[in-house]
Amino acid sequence: MAAQESYPDDLKYHTEHDWARIQDGEATLGITWWAQDALGELVHYEAPDEGSTISKDESYGEVESVKAVSDLIAPLSGEVLEVNQAVVDAPETVNEDPYGAGWLVRIRIGEPPEVDSLLDVAAYKKVLEDA
Amino acid sequence: MAQTLQRTPLFERHVAARARMVPFAGWEMPVQYDGVIPEHRAVRSDCGVFDVSHMGEIEVEGMHALELLQSLLSNDVAKLDVGGAQYTLLTNEGGGIVDDLIVYRTDEYRYLLIINASNRDTDFRWLKEREVPGSDVRDVSDDFALLAVQGPRSLERLDLADGKPFTWAMGEIEGVEVMVNRTGYTGERGVELMTPAEDGAALWDAVVARGATPCGLGARDTLRLEVCYPLHGNDITPDTDAISAGLGWTCALETEFTGVEELRRIKAAGPERKLVAFVMTEKAIPRQGMPIDGGGVVTSGSHSPMLDLGIGMGYVPAARAGPETELTIDVRGRPRGARVVKKPIYKGEEQS
Repeated sequence: MAAQESYPDDLKYHTEHDWARIQDGEATLGITWWAQDALGELVHYEAPDEGSTISKDESYGEVESVKAVSDLIAPLSGEVLEVNQAVVDAPETVNEDPYGAGWLVRIRIGEPPEVDSLLDVAAYKKVLEDA
Repeated sequence: MAQTLQRTPLFERHVAARARMVPFAGWEMPVQYDGVIPEHRAVRSDCGVFDVSHMGEIEVEGMHALELLQSLLSNDVAKLDVGGAQYTLLTNEGGGIVDDLIVYRTDEYRYLLIINASNRDTDFRWLKEREVPGSDVRDVSDDFALLAVQGPRSLERLDLADGKPFTWAMGEIEGVEVMVNRTGYTGERGVELMTPAEDGAALWDAVVARGATPCGLGARDTLRLEVCYPLHGNDITPDTDAISAGLGWTCALETEFTGVEELRRIKAAGPERKLVAFVMTEKAIPRQGMPIDGGGVVTSGSHSPMLDLGIGMGYVPAARAGPETELTIDVRGRPRGARVVKKPIYKGEEQS
C-alpha cells in the first residue's frame, strides 16, 4: 500500500526531493513522499558501498520504477555507515513508508556546516508548490 | 506543446480516473492509473482494459486490394478469408520493417489494417503511393475507438463465447455494436473491440462496469515484453529484418513482396545477429540502448512484474544467441550478468 502524502517537520530537506534525519553527527537519508509518488512503485535500489564517501549535491545511487530511473542526490557529504538492505531486497518499502522503513543510507556527516544549507519543512513545501 | 497532442475519444474518462497522462507518438495517453504493477497483475490474473484508440486504421478496398497488399505485406494475404486476421509486416526494399500490423479481411474486396500510432502517416503514404487501379487506400483512423480487453477472465466478463485467435466477428456489448477481434498484445486470452469513435466512451463504461481494470501504456509494455512481442521502433525498425528478429514465420518467402529477395538471401546465409530474450542474473534493470558485451544492444528492457527481475530483448551476434548463453550488459557503466532464454520469457500457467 502506498503511503499518504506527508512531510515530517523533524526532517531537513533538499530541493532534489531528498530528506535527512540528523542526530549525533550522523544522518539517515531517503527520498520524500513526492519523489516516490512521481516515480511510482520502486523495483530496484542501486545502493552505494558501505564505507564509501558521498558528496553533497551529487548522485550516490539510483532508484528505478518500471518506467524510470532516478539518481539519488546526496543532501549532505559523508561516509556511508550502513545501507538499508531491506530496501535493496524489497524496494517497494520506500513507497510504503518513505520516512521510516524506507530509509536508504545512514552516513557520518563529513561537513557539518552543510546542514545549515538544507531546507526546513516549510521551505521544502514551498519548493513543491512552485514545481 | 501539450495542445498539439491528439486525444482519443476516451480522454475525459482517463482524466476522471486520475490516470497519469503522458505524450506518446503524438497522443496524450494514460501511462498508468493505479500503478503499472497492479495493472499488469490484473491482466495476468483477471481482466484489464486498454484504450488503444491512438492506433491507426487503414482501409484498402477494391477488386485489386488483395493484389496491392500481397505485393507490400510479408505474410500470404491470399490465405485470409472474410472473418480472418493475420499478423504481418510492411517491408522496405532492404527487407527492413516499416511497420508490423494486423490485417483483417472485412469483406470480399475490403481489408482493414490496424497499425502502430507512431507509423500512421508513414504507412498511409507508403500504401497510397503504391495504389494500383482497382485499389483505394483510406486512412480511417479518426473514425474509430479501439479497446483491448485482455486477461484470462476477459471473455467471461464480456459474455463472449470462446473464439479462434486471429478471427473477427461483429458483436454487441451493452447495446454498443462492436467489431470483436480475437487479437491482443499481452499473451493472454482476450479481444480487441473496435467501435465508431462516438461510441467509444459508452463501450469503455460498459467494459469497466463488467469489472475490467483500466490499464495504461506502462502495463501494456511490460505485458508484451514478458511474452516477447516485438515493439516497432524498439525491437524492429526499418533497419532490422524479419529473419534476424525471429519473425520469419510472418514472411511467405514463396510470394513476391517488397524486399523478399533480401529476406531470402538472409535466410539462406543465416542472419549475422539475432533478436534474443534474456533475463538478468544479477540485480539490475536493462533499458533500451544499453550495450551488450560482444557487440550487441538492448532493444527493450524492463522489470518483469511476474518474475520480479530484470528482463529484456536485444540483438546479439548469432553465435551468442543460443539459450543459456551468458551475456554481460552495461548498465550505466556497471557490468551486470544476464542469460539468454527461450521466448517467451513468461509462459503463463505452465510456469509457476
